[in-house]
Amino acid sequence: MTMPGMYVSPEQLMQDRADYARKGISRGRSLAAVEYQGGVALVAENASSTLRKVSEIYDRIAFGGVGRYNEFDQLRIAGVRYAELKGYQYSREDVDARSLANQYAQMLGQIFTHEMKPMEVEIVVAEIDTEGSAELYRIQYDGTVADELHWCCIGGDSESVLERLAEGWTEDLDRDGAVRLAVNSLAGPDRTIGAEELEVAVLAVDNGRRCFQRLDDLETEALLAQ
Amino acid sequence: MSSIPFFGPGEDPGTDFLTLLKHNGLDPFPNDLPGVIDAGHATTVLALRCGDGVVVAGDRRATAGHLISHRDMQKVFPADDYSAVAIAGAAGPAIQMVRVFQLQLEYYEKIEGKPLTLEGKANQLAEMLRGNLPQAMQGLAVVPIFAGYDKARATGRLFQFDVTGGRYEEQDYATSGSGSLHAGTVVKLGFQSDLSIEEALSLAVKALWHAADEDSATGGPDPIRGIYPVLSVITADGFRQLSDGESGEVFAAFREELNGGE
Repeated sequence: MTMPGMYVSPEQLMQDRADYARKGISRGRSLAAVEYQGGVALVAENASSTLRKVSEIYDRIAFGGVGRYNEFDQLRIAGVRYAELKGYQYSREDVDARSLANQYAQMLGQIFTHEMKPMEVEIVVAEIDTEGSAELYRIQYDGTVADELHWCCIGGDSESVLERLAEGWTEDLDRDGAVRLAVNSLAGPDRTIGAEELEVAVLAVDNGRRCFQRLDDLETEALLAQ
Repeated sequence: MSSIPFFGPGEDPGTDFLTLLKHNGLDPFPNDLPGVIDAGHATTVLALRCGDGVVVAGDRRATAGHLISHRDMQKVFPADDYSAVAIAGAAGPAIQMVRVFQLQLEYYEKIEGKPLTLEGKANQLAEMLRGNLPQAMQGLAVVPIFAGYDKARATGRLFQFDVTGGRYEEQDYATSGSGSLHAGTVVKLGFQSDLSIEEALSLAVKALWHAADEDSATGGPDPIRGIYPVLSVITADGFRQLSDGESGEVFAAFREELNGGE
């Protein structure tokens, strides 16, 4: 239906939607993914211990989301379904992060331009190969997809977090070192984040078929104290 | 499959993997087969409770009529880290059912963020059997045993099923397949509550040997090829399948016993 006298230029429309989505995302806390020798650590600031930001998608693939919980959780479930269907139809080795990231990008792009409102989310898809080397994809609310090297950050305060990650990252990080780097980068110089405020999970190459593993508060506390 | 499955409210298939498959035009258990077929069959499997959990075992033979079609078939599968399913009946549909069952358990765990209870898993398997009833009527019956370690109750539990999806929890032991009568009798005579894992494994081996001795469709130990019946244990530490070598040792001990060398 056309509304007379209500013309909005496409540029303005897209700009408004992008602003709307960014505003929603910037309200939430950030999430960082850091590659280490033999895996990837995913760390999010999350006061809830039941509403997850980081989750398992498939054998070697993990998901992280920030922004509106109900929206990125919908994306998570869609990703699990996509991966499981593909693995059932073909084989488990045929399921990969790159095609999943592309699917997410298509979906978010579609919603951004065609739906009433864009999704207020930013997500990361991480995968490790059999040697533990990581692929990290960052997908934004409008479907923009980027593949990141060694580390990445999504969410409100990502620019300063990224700077700290770039400063601290080295090739020989181990799991605990990667988690500490992620936590310190999320916290910044002026504050500390306790284990109960954190959600920590890893994709580790030595975990067998299902590489995904959560670290509970006690484990996180112990490794942060080192 | 082309795009990511995304459902509106009201159409969402929830935690059921079968519904998701059907939504995408995949039917793992087609039930409109014309006529009756006689496909390969898998035979004796059994499970028994012991003090620390459950032992699940099965022979390795698959038959097609009077011919042996496979000598090293696997009939005992881990369903997840703390449970196993052992199958007897039509080999093709049985393996397909195990595969879908394994996927269902993992799918549920990922969608919901926590695994099903042991009871929930047993009910899920019963539901799949019920869905397979049309196939069973056409000669492709699957009769599994489901066993696992129930973390909430800190005990091993086992369930027997029939082709209609009937689910029966057993306290001591369960057997299925063409050699189940013989295997069941041996387990029944040797069973005690609170058997150690070693005792339960010996009893399982004895039962499988007697089943193979009496039933042509059940395979015995094959030391020439180094193929032995599958023995697995589920305890609080999870599922573990013994290697052919370890299984062979249990059989060797049984041979000593048969020869009277106590």
